[in-house]
Amino acid sequence: MPRDIQLLIGGEAGQGLVTIGQLLSKALVRAGYEIFVSQSYHSRIRGGHNTFAIRLGTGPFFAPRESIDILVALNAETVALHRDQLTGQALLIADAAFAPDLPGTISVPFAELCPERLWNTAALALLGNILGLSLEALYQAVEAMLGKKHPEALAENREIMEKSRVWAEAHVPEHDFALTGGMPIADRLLLNGNQAIALGALAGGLKFCAFYPMTPATSIVLELIAHAETMGCVFEQAEDEIAAINMAIGAAFAGAPSMVATSGGGFALMAEGVSLAAMTETPVLIVVAQRPGPATGMPTRTEQADLEFVLHAGHGEFPRAIFAPGSIEACYQLTQKALALAEQAQSPVFLLTDQFLADSSRPIVPFDPMAIAPVRAGFEADAASTPYQRYRFTENGLSPRLLPGLSEQLVVADSDEHDEEGHISEDHGVRVAMVEKRLRKIELLKQEVIAPELIGEKGADLLFVCWGSSQGPVREAAAMLRGQGSSVAILHFSQVWPLIPAQFLDILQAAGKVVCVEGNATGQFARLIQREACFAMPGRIARYDGLPFTARYILERLEAVEGKA
Amino acid sequence: MTSIEEYGKYETAWCPGCGNFGILNSLKHALVACELSPHKVLLVSGIGQAAKAPHYLKANVFNGLHGRSLPVAIGAKLANPELTVIAESGDGCMYGEGGNHFLAALRRNLNLTILAHDNRVYALTKGQASPTSEQGFVTKAQPHGAFAAPFNPVAVAVTMGASFVARGYAGLPEHLAGLIAQAIKHRGTALVDILQPCVSFNKVNTYQWYKEHCYELADDYDPTDHAQALRTALEFGERIPLGVIYAKEKPLFEEQFAVLKNGPLARQEVSREGLQQVMQGYL
Repeated sequence: MPRDIQLLIGGEAGQGLVTIGQLLSKALVRAGYEIFVSQSYHSRIRGGHNTFAIRLGTGPFFAPRESIDILVALNAETVALHRDQLTGQALLIADAAFAPDLPGTISVPFAELCPERLWNTAALALLGNILGLSLEALYQAVEAMLGKKHPEALAENREIMEKSRVWAEAHVPEHDFALTGGMPIADRLLLNGNQAIALGALAGGLKFCAFYPMTPATSIVLELIAHAETMGCVFEQAEDEIAAINMAIGAAFAGAPSMVATSGGGFALMAEGVSLAAMTETPVLIVVAQRPGPATGMPTRTEQADLEFVLHAGHGEFPRAIFAPGSIEACYQLTQKALALAEQAQSPVFLLTDQFLADSSRPIVPFDPMAIAPVRAGFEADAASTPYQRYRFTENGLSPRLLPGLSEQLVVADSDEHDEEGHISEDHGVRVAMVEKRLRKIELLKQEVIAPELIGEKGADLLFVCWGSSQGPVREAAAMLRGQGSSVAILHFSQVWPLIPAQFLDILQAAGKVVCVEGNATGQFARLIQREACFAMPGRIARYDGLPFTARYILERLEAVEGKA
Repeated sequence: MTSIEEYGKYETAWCPGCGNFGILNSLKHALVACELSPHKVLLVSGIGQAAKAPHYLKANVFNGLHGRSLPVAIGAKLANPELTVIAESGDGCMYGEGGNHFLAALRRNLNLTILAHDNRVYALTKGQASPTSEQGFVTKAQPHGAFAAPFNPVAVAVTMGASFVARGYAGLPEHLAGLIAQAIKHRGTALVDILQPCVSFNKVNTYQWYKEHCYELADDYDPTDHAQALRTALEFGERIPLGVIYAKEKPLFEEQFAVLKNGPLARQEVSREGLQQVMQGYL
């Protein structure tokens, strides 16, 4: 029987709800179930209302669900905020002190079971009991987390878990949430989007990363730093984002495949650096993890509103490519692709993600570390003629990129317009030739463009168009409509620039109703499609309240949407 | 043996009589004195008349954005620790637009050299006050005279415990060449603030003015004495001391990365075994 259970743990920052969530997630994945984890948090260290949601069962799941089957309330506020989302059969686990008088409430005397600092351990054991996970499976997850750092705490945790389990067996009412039939399959990786980007960068040959902390991008860099020694990667927390991108450009110039990771506000500071990378033809990967703006906006929430900004950032005209992964797997694959393309085109290349993807995790079939093809920076010295010209005019616009210090050839790069040797030039003929040389690289980028993925049949009655992280919720909405007998397809773009209309225009034209689903107020991608493909997107579903799309959100708005031009 | 000829001769965009000529000449002599071949040297500059200097000698060059020479220099040094990296720019670039990078670079202490051509005026944009202009310095942009007190880069660097702080003068090219050579050889971030007349836009701090105000530190001056260095650094008015004002070795920033002991990052293979080990951590 297919199972789809939405579990939500809510409380204040600092109450340990993430720990419960992570341990339970690990145990579920190991027991062979599908999960989709999403997190919601406030921009503060303590207090506030935070949630850790796990959608679990037979899946696979690509998005969260709004309605809740099991609610764990670590404080009274959680009950108040989420009681309206509870389904008819829902269970609500709360401390006896604030347990409401609602059907399905399990009022737990936490104070009798354990000291307050270990309430999360007790809650974990209760959840395990409800979901039918063995105590051993949960304990293994606890052991994996505590074993190395706090072995002394293991016995105490074990005792509390056993005590809580006994209490649960006596007090949990009848319910329908016990999981059965989990087939432990080959080991899977439990990854969120940011972790997958970090792994992709390392697999792609990243050697240098500079950053200034900014939510929701910071965890990409923290993940890299955790593995930097193993992978021979150098990193630095710069004094500001301007320094970060300039450091990355300096490192890339000297031969280290480099990246920066930031969010909209930090990227705004990097804009001049983007232009510098383009002018000096220095490869650099720029990851922009979107959150709602303008200005500081909503730091811990999600949005897809920086597409036009990233597309146009940097003064002057130059080629660029922008990837927008729609899944955890794509975060890994496209980060490698982006690093390679930056080197190949000697250009800035972007990866556009957002808080939703950054903080969502799913179990993933492991990537093959032996199958990687890491970037090799620069040309070999013998590929260049003497006298060496860093910016030699070539047919495809690519000039031999030697690395300073690795040969006796001298490498000269300039942010001013420059001649073939790289020295400042104010000659108008040189100017025109250099502009055209740089722009010729667009063709190279176009050859590498990833075509949008058509999920479903061409010519379906309804076609959802989406890009980046909205893929998961759109897929679920489409599946629900198909379940009701509708003819529905999805066109998902995981690369949003350059766009090649020949790859998708016929698909748009063949569809019945076309609806663009994107997480911004003004329809940035719809407008871009119109500009590039002369196809006006007739229907739009927008979300810009800071929360991710869900299938329900999309379906509730679908009927009101005009789908025909 | 490296020779001065290897560093080449170029036409410049500088005014006749510009202090930059003396500085460029001193830099070439210092590089030769350090027995460095041009391909082992990377000069990183920002924007301004001083920032054009790297174009006028043979070396690897990255002439980047206004104010951003230091972050680029730092990135390059971290990618290839075998390069001799020199960040060279003017006072506006290094202390104004790039002020935050200047402070952060001194704190980090990578093994690199900072040459600041300090003519106390924005020359390329035709004569506005710079961070080091004297109070009351009248320009078209500061018709009432520069109001803010001047930035003293040497005093700031000494206060921060920078590992090598020197002041030179474009009008004393041999003395300056000696300072630059010491700065390059110093293990750590070495600042040489170079006083420089601007014949076109600074009619106050002229060759004559510097001749009247500058003096060389005595041979028995001890640059490791921090308290004395601070007093010396703050002396900037009637008398201006020239020489190595403070020098003390400190741990190098780049030493925290074991991987850099193997040389340039560009030619180090990605470890598939390492990646496998990393991925297993997510099982």
